[in-house]
Amino acid sequence: MDPIFVNSKKALLNLFSAFLPDWTVVLVSIFISIGAIMVLGPFTMMYLTWFERKLLGRIQNRIGPNRVGIFGLLQPIADGVKMLTKEDIVPEGADKAVHLLAPIAIVIPSLLVFSVLPFGRNMTAVNLNIGVLFFLAVSATTTLSIFMGAWASRNKFSLLGGMRSVAQLVSYEVPMVLSVVPVILAAGSLSTVDLVESQGGWNGFKWFVFTPWGFTAFITFYLSGVAECNRTPFDIPEGESEIVAGFHTEYSGMKFALWYMAEFMNVFTVSGLTAVLFLGGWQGAPGLPSWAWFFIKTYALVFVMMWFRGTLPRLRVDQLMGLAWKFLLPLTLVNIFVAGLWFFIPDLRWRVGTAVALLGLTFWALMALNRTALPEKRTYEFAE
Amino acid sequence: MSPLVLLVKTGIYLLMALSLLAAVGVVTFRNIFHSALALAGTLLGVAGIYLALRADFLAGVQILLYVGAVVTLILFAIMLTHRLGDPTIPQANKQSGPALAGLLILAALLGSLFLKTNWPVSEAALTPVTVRVLAKALLGEFVFPFEVVSIVLLAALIGAIVIARKD
Repeated sequence: MDPIFVNSKKALLNLFSAFLPDWTVVLVSIFISIGAIMVLGPFTMMYLTWFERKLLGRIQNRIGPNRVGIFGLLQPIADGVKMLTKEDIVPEGADKAVHLLAPIAIVIPSLLVFSVLPFGRNMTAVNLNIGVLFFLAVSATTTLSIFMGAWASRNKFSLLGGMRSVAQLVSYEVPMVLSVVPVILAAGSLSTVDLVESQGGWNGFKWFVFTPWGFTAFITFYLSGVAECNRTPFDIPEGESEIVAGFHTEYSGMKFALWYMAEFMNVFTVSGLTAVLFLGGWQGAPGLPSWAWFFIKTYALVFVMMWFRGTLPRLRVDQLMGLAWKFLLPLTLVNIFVAGLWFFIPDLRWRVGTAVALLGLTFWALMALNRTALPEKRTYEFAE
Repeated sequence: MSPLVLLVKTGIYLLMALSLLAAVGVVTFRNIFHSALALAGTLLGVAGIYLALRADFLAGVQILLYVGAVVTLILFAIMLTHRLGDPTIPQANKQSGPALAGLLILAALLGSLFLKTNWPVSEAALTPVTVRVLAKALLGEFVFPFEVVSIVLLAALIGAIVIARKD
């Protein structure tokens, strides 16, 4: 069961090598990997929209989509047809070329990052030796696309959304990159494949999340990841009640769908990377195939993101910036130091003790310093 | 030459041509926002060339820092500038004489460098520069310049905060 995808690719390649010259087989191999990703990405997006609507419905005591197909399973296809046949409206004053390019430019990085995700044993499309850095670098370019769309629309709400989005993405980039550092320190490699392999052992449960620094980094990375995807409670760039729809106010039809496609694919890839970095990727109890473990962990994290959306209200801008700069950033810096100490202290009891004590102290200090100052008695100067 | 090598070579030359084209766009576009976007394109092309030369880490950092951060900063500056994206604003000032002089000096310097270097050509594949090698060089042989750069960056950070506080 485990190497089913790897073996089917090999079988396909054997079939082609029987009657094609050698150099085309290399190309065919590349195209199979690309094809798998190009199908997986949009397919994941389609069913994540269904999953989110169903889940939010249940959270709000509704049933959710249930008209098209059994359990509403064909709803994404109906939505796709609707989006494709809708009229494409471009505002009069818009910068036409950039307005068209922006939704295309945002889907490319979202698809590119799929290539370094290890979906299972020997199931990574490209084993780059800078895998994690590639992921972070490529996903950082989404800022640019969002800004392009916001600026090209020539709409005040779009522009405001774009500026908010850039401020947010740039802020959360810092704790996100810094929380990866302890993991890289532990594995001694930037390659996603090596990172997963270094978490083998203990019957497939020697995950980094079970260490004090790993747990802290997991929380900080996941929260920054949710913010990078512009998901609730960090969705101020598209806050409906404040600025219509933010950077995609002026988009309709398939272009609008492309923005959503990028967002949902980011949700999947960020959850996937969190699983790879902290939850052991495809490592797990031997009963299930490796790719099943990867998808179980990833979808569990996606589920938590949607749960956030169903339960948490949107943050205010100052709260959002405060969380990144005053809480997550100092915590990740201390966490890097703690991870360094962990590998420096030989005795197990001492290093667990020091790590827990240091992290606990930092957490307590940050909570105390960040407490909102509430006055004892409110005075209303102008109400008298 | 096998078709695969030909394909790779075409790809690399195409990449170089596209990044040069984007670079021309940076200086010729009438709209400053378009120039900034073309700059992002050029930087991405340069990252692609690094990748082709097996300098993976450099390519990653190039995208993360230049495309992810520097271009975003430039866009922010454009947004905060008065008369946002007005196409009637002239893109050039009256300093073309000194600029030409600077350009000629740079061209002469680069030309002399090109002539002095003997360009070794080898058939063997390039060995990739791994992060490990880079890290050993940065924290071993070049540790002093590395620390100096860190201090310069720290000074810039503190300076920015001091300037921003005065309002």
